[in-house]
Amino acid sequence: MPVTQTAKGVKIWQLRDRNQTLIRWAGYLAVVAVFMWCWKRISDATTWFFVWDAPRIAADIGGRAVPPRWSYMDKLWGPLWDTLNMATLGTLLALVMAVPVAFLAARNTTPSAIFIRPVALFIIVATRSINSLIWALLLVAIIGPGVFAGLLAIAFRSIGFCAKLLYEAIEEIDQTQVEAITATGASRWQVMAYGIVPQIMPAFAGISVFRWDINIRESTVLGLVGAGGIGLQLQSSLNTLAWPQVTLILIVILFAVVVGEWISAKVRGAII
Amino acid sequence: MLELQKLTKTYRTGDKALQNVDLVIPKGQVLALIGPSGAGKSTLIRCINRLVEPSSGKVLLDGTELTALSSGGLRKMRRKMGMIFQEYALVERLTVMENVLSGRLGYVGFWRSFLRKYPQSDIDEAFRLLDRVGLLAMADKRADELSGGQRQRVGIARALIQDPRLLLVDEPTASLDPKTSRQIMRLICELCAERDLAAVINIHDVALAQMFVERIVGLKAGELAFDGKPSDMSDAVLTSIYGEEDWHATIRQVDEDEAETPEPAQ
Repeated sequence: MPVTQTAKGVKIWQLRDRNQTLIRWAGYLAVVAVFMWCWKRISDATTWFFVWDAPRIAADIGGRAVPPRWSYMDKLWGPLWDTLNMATLGTLLALVMAVPVAFLAARNTTPSAIFIRPVALFIIVATRSINSLIWALLLVAIIGPGVFAGLLAIAFRSIGFCAKLLYEAIEEIDQTQVEAITATGASRWQVMAYGIVPQIMPAFAGISVFRWDINIRESTVLGLVGAGGIGLQLQSSLNTLAWPQVTLILIVILFAVVVGEWISAKVRGAII
Repeated sequence: MLELQKLTKTYRTGDKALQNVDLVIPKGQVLALIGPSGAGKSTLIRCINRLVEPSSGKVLLDGTELTALSSGGLRKMRRKMGMIFQEYALVERLTVMENVLSGRLGYVGFWRSFLRKYPQSDIDEAFRLLDRVGLLAMADKRADELSGGQRQRVGIARALIQDPRLLLVDEPTASLDPKTSRQIMRLICELCAERDLAAVINIHDVALAQMFVERIVGLKAGELAFDGKPSDMSDAVLTSIYGEEDWHATIRQVDEDEAETPEPAQ
């Protein structure tokens, strides 16, 4: 924050002095240069003929894809139900596993900050960093294709997400309420049930429906790797170039996601 | 009844919150603890029920050495010490009744408390106490719907349902308006008299303390600086505790309040 004085004694204030300004402009220049260089690399690696051809191809596929083959719906009810089940049961299973992990990871409830907390944090990071598609690939290889593999994939992927948000909620609780319950002579578990659980219930409910909403979207694609649900139908339709069926499946997925989002918004609105 | 012997607390940061505090409180005595912020008043109260672990020294309650107890024994003794907090420290999302009953947690098992199946005698006592503090109609309200004064009454009921021998009261009026402050102080002191309870009350308002308690102890930088009757309070004493200031308006003159009319229940 440089302040200079003119000959008349007026104090001039500027946010940055000249050197700082120059450094910032140099920074902008570097960002633009890197961007242009990357653009060039991508451009060189692109077969531009295909790109110029893209609108025609897209129009061609689009033309074949409408109208959707509505009669195919008969075969979609089952997979759609499977998809919803994968999302719902997967979320429930994830919550059952995430709650203990969250309590072990939160700084104010962990039994040991040195030994147990890092393990809990590792579980959170490990499950979060692996995408559910990859979990599904692994689980399909281990326990065979089907809905159960998809359910577990959803559950494992969700543990980290739910546990992370929940342990942050636990760390933010009002400690004086815990102190007051402790002062009555309550046991460790009673302190948890009276001092902590009521405070994190809104967060817990919000996290559950939010994750359920995400899981509906994720479970629609798990079929692509053989984990059951509507994605399986999508893949077989794509493989046989049955574009009208693909259109119908996309409409159904969109509809399911919108309904899921509507329900989760309603539930969250009711809680808060 | 309550005895502190050379009680010392040094925080990990090196702050000496309490230094060799010796204090004896007989049965049924209500004592006000005054002193500037950071003098160790809250630490002293929390060292008694070991929410803060004392560094050295002893705390004896009816001959039991609290500082030597295991965690199970400590829980049993904590039931005998009711605690009242500055910011009420109610569980905000539970009902008034649940908050009052939570004072019985030390007496009931986990599942009974978890399923809210308290013994009928506890429920009867909860209703009696709510009636006594004037909140019977509020039993079903959630704690966060109440006003500050009402919350503090719930906090008092929660402490009393423990059937304590001693009340530890941490700044009960710091978040309340002047009138409610008086009502709350009066209620605490009346209840102590009714049940022959001893109480340690941390308080900033010296005049309010003089009005209600029989003994005042001053704490300065973790050490006892004054111990006497409210009438012994003088400019010199306040200066020794808090430092130089014009104390004229702070000390309550001996002209008694006009006969107090009974306060309407809020």
